[in-house]
Amino acid sequence: MGTEASAAGVFSAAVRPVTLSVNGADRELRIAPWTTLLDGLREYLGLTGTKKGCDHGQCGACTVLVDGVRINSCLTLAVMHEGATIRTIEGIGAEGALHPLQQAFIDHDAFQCGYCTPGQICSATGLIAEGRARTPEEIRELMSGNLCRCGAYPNIVAAIEHAMRVAETAP
Amino acid sequence: MSMTYLGKAVSRVDGPAKVTGAARYAGEFPVPELTYGVVVSSTIARGKITRIDSAAALGVPGVVQVFTHENRPHTAYLNRSWRDEVAPPGAPFRPLYDAEIHFSAQPVALVVAEDFETARYAASLVRVEYEQGPHTTDLERERGTAYVPPKKRNGIAPPPDPRGNAVEALAAAPRKIARQYVSPFEHHNPMEPFATTVLWQDAGRLTVFDKTQGVQNVQSYITSVFGLKAANVQVISPFVGGAFGSGLRPQYQVFLAVMAATELERSVRVTLTRQQMFSFSYRPNTIQAISLGARPDGKLLALTHEAIGNTSQHEDYQETVVNWSGLLYGAENASFIYKLVKTDWASPADMRAPGATLGVFAIETAIDELAYELSLDPLALRLANYTERDENDGKPFTSKELRACYQQGAERFGWSKRNPAPRSMTEGRELIGWGMATGAWEALHMKAAARATLRAGPMLEVASATADIGTGTYTIMAQIAAETLGVPIEAVSVKLGDSSLPKSPIEGGSWTAASIGAAVQAACETVRGKLFKLARGLENSPLANADIEHVEFADGTIRLPGDPSRSVPIDRALAAAGTEALEAEETVGPGLISSRRFSRNTHSAVFAEVRVDEELGIARVTRVVNAVAAGRILNLKTGGSQVMGGVVMGIGMALHEETMPDHALGRFMNHNLAEYHIPVHADIPAAIEVIFVEEHDPEVSPLGVKGLGEIGIVGTAAAIGNAIYHATGKRVRDLPITIDKLL
Repeated sequence: MGTEASAAGVFSAAVRPVTLSVNGADRELRIAPWTTLLDGLREYLGLTGTKKGCDHGQCGACTVLVDGVRINSCLTLAVMHEGATIRTIEGIGAEGALHPLQQAFIDHDAFQCGYCTPGQICSATGLIAEGRARTPEEIRELMSGNLCRCGAYPNIVAAIEHAMRVAETAP
Repeated sequence: MSMTYLGKAVSRVDGPAKVTGAARYAGEFPVPELTYGVVVSSTIARGKITRIDSAAALGVPGVVQVFTHENRPHTAYLNRSWRDEVAPPGAPFRPLYDAEIHFSAQPVALVVAEDFETARYAASLVRVEYEQGPHTTDLERERGTAYVPPKKRNGIAPPPDPRGNAVEALAAAPRKIARQYVSPFEHHNPMEPFATTVLWQDAGRLTVFDKTQGVQNVQSYITSVFGLKAANVQVISPFVGGAFGSGLRPQYQVFLAVMAATELERSVRVTLTRQQMFSFSYRPNTIQAISLGARPDGKLLALTHEAIGNTSQHEDYQETVVNWSGLLYGAENASFIYKLVKTDWASPADMRAPGATLGVFAIETAIDELAYELSLDPLALRLANYTERDENDGKPFTSKELRACYQQGAERFGWSKRNPAPRSMTEGRELIGWGMATGAWEALHMKAAARATLRAGPMLEVASATADIGTGTYTIMAQIAAETLGVPIEAVSVKLGDSSLPKSPIEGGSWTAASIGAAVQAACETVRGKLFKLARGLENSPLANADIEHVEFADGTIRLPGDPSRSVPIDRALAAAGTEALEAEETVGPGLISSRRFSRNTHSAVFAEVRVDEELGIARVTRVVNAVAAGRILNLKTGGSQVMGGVVMGIGMALHEETMPDHALGRFMNHNLAEYHIPVHADIPAAIEVIFVEEHDPEVSPLGVKGLGEIGIVGTAAAIGNAIYHATGKRVRDLPITIDKLL
């Protein structure tokens, strides 16, 4: 899986080049127009940090940031986002250079199996940018699109609260 | 001895990989020239495929093959060959075996194509015609056909023997209740769908990346079903996106992916859809009946507990449902019955604390009902019937600090301030209720192996074929290794989830920390002994006259406590001896005499507060205190999370979770995460408090560990149901307690 990846099947006639700006780099894909953004990221760009939990917008595991706004990447097509700035978990921070939210998730044990975690972190990044959540109750309400079957919810909320405080006091 | 890592709140060592998206799950391993398989599922519950037409799918450019029962390769013939490590008695389901349909959404074809979009489209073109047979999926309607399973499932305790004469004692008891409790189908629904990526290599070697709780269980299943050599099949599963029991048995996607890879001589990935996640493995639908007879002072005189659970037509899935009431309460007259009903569903499977969640829900609700019948405090009634031995077989426990759980949980929760009268507490338009329940689970130690390898650095690697499904196995293995050899935890690397590693049982039953932990410790102790010999044997060794009992291993050195001059760094010992690595593999199993002499269990006391809006019928859980006695706690952080996660799943069980069958179609209707409700952020209070009650137990396992994976869910649903009764005066005996039942 390289920067250029393409669909080979029945849709080869329909396949078209699509350039996506992902985590600060332009990536060219050759995909059928009905390829979801999620499958484009996972199967064509090898960015498997974004997870597929339901493929129906019901679980939030596939949450990414498009122009800073959190969306379910399974409910949108890759071709619709040419020219947009896409940020996935791989663009939030890396081992050795973790984003404060990622560090807060580790410190608060805000995950167990880790499968919903990239979606929770991307969603929380979007939530903090929205500036709407001020209380734990508001965080809970506005994070309710991101399911966690391991039941780490109280720790996730604690990690987000912590990261929000850090963001507020940052110079 | 003071500990650096054990018993501390150590952050997960696999945390950075998980929060950055670098952790790879089964369906994410990059493989060159990969093909994609999409499963076609049956639309009927029972019958026969009369015609299956793959022509249109095969005509799609990019489609490589369509597999059905008509062109599947040869597989094993005997049932024995299909039975995995945890299979119940019976004939395991065989994917694409013949034209028979055994349950709705059974896989009937696998479409393999060069890319996912093509495979998904072509799968929609496979035409299947059926001759529909009559199906039975309704437990309530079929309960008259219930039978005692003739063959017991391995590792599952049969119902206890009867004690005294329960029928007569019930008839004679001055106070009594008889109640029925119903629990629905529930699906595990781990966030990660089941997936397998098979890397096909020359000469037929397969590397199988599978979502599983037992890599060696899957490896032996594959080799025996397909007649492959173990040396040619390696199963790898470093990260598992949740499983809760659904990954104990090999699921059908691994069969299909391996079948396609060996036939096509190509690499293949098969990922199930969320809808297909409802086509196997679920908590069985049960009906339970409990009768209790008591003296007015609360002393139990008689107890009967009967449970009926559904199973498939082809296997007798069994779990331990009725034993828990017998374990917890010392009624002199008691009887226990556990029966199955055959239904046209896939086989049920172990789901977090299988059996105990259901049996304990029933008995702990019944005890609450009896407390109201007798006008006694529910906690006082439990204490009046407290037992220091396992009432099922008379054995003492290795330890049982349940009394301390009750006491510490009640104190933390403020139980003494409770007004026992239902509907006595309100705030605004909400009724407030407080309820409590007991929890219990097994504390098993299984035979397991681990390897430790120490190199200069120092660098220490520990390895075992076990799994980490979010439970924290990586972290406790690293803690135990670092502690035993006195190296920083950062110097420890952990390998697991690979069938080529030292032998491990499946990761389940809450036994992993005790079992793998003991093996890791033993392997590290052997390395420690070897290392000490090297250090003592150095020329002019400062430890020349020391013995291993009196030295400490700390900060990467071996030294005499209190005398810093008498110290040998690990690196120096290795270098001086010209040894590149010290390695040891150890296998540790349970003590057989101890197993026979003692019962071994974890216990808990769960206290819950609910608020109910009567006009809307909405119940919210606002506070939970769970006091757990589980022996030694290796990691306060991950251990606390385990119990908290169990409580959250228990809240789901109490209020949300239910897979709804349409019996006319024999099909689950809400097979998605929008309609199968699991708790979301807004459903879960911040105030879930976990108390670990001190319990020193050197008997239960070498590390004194009992395990935490399941105890958190047990009792939670009963505590919430009891709290809802206290709030509203309504006793709901069929789960989940949804709005319609409270209005």
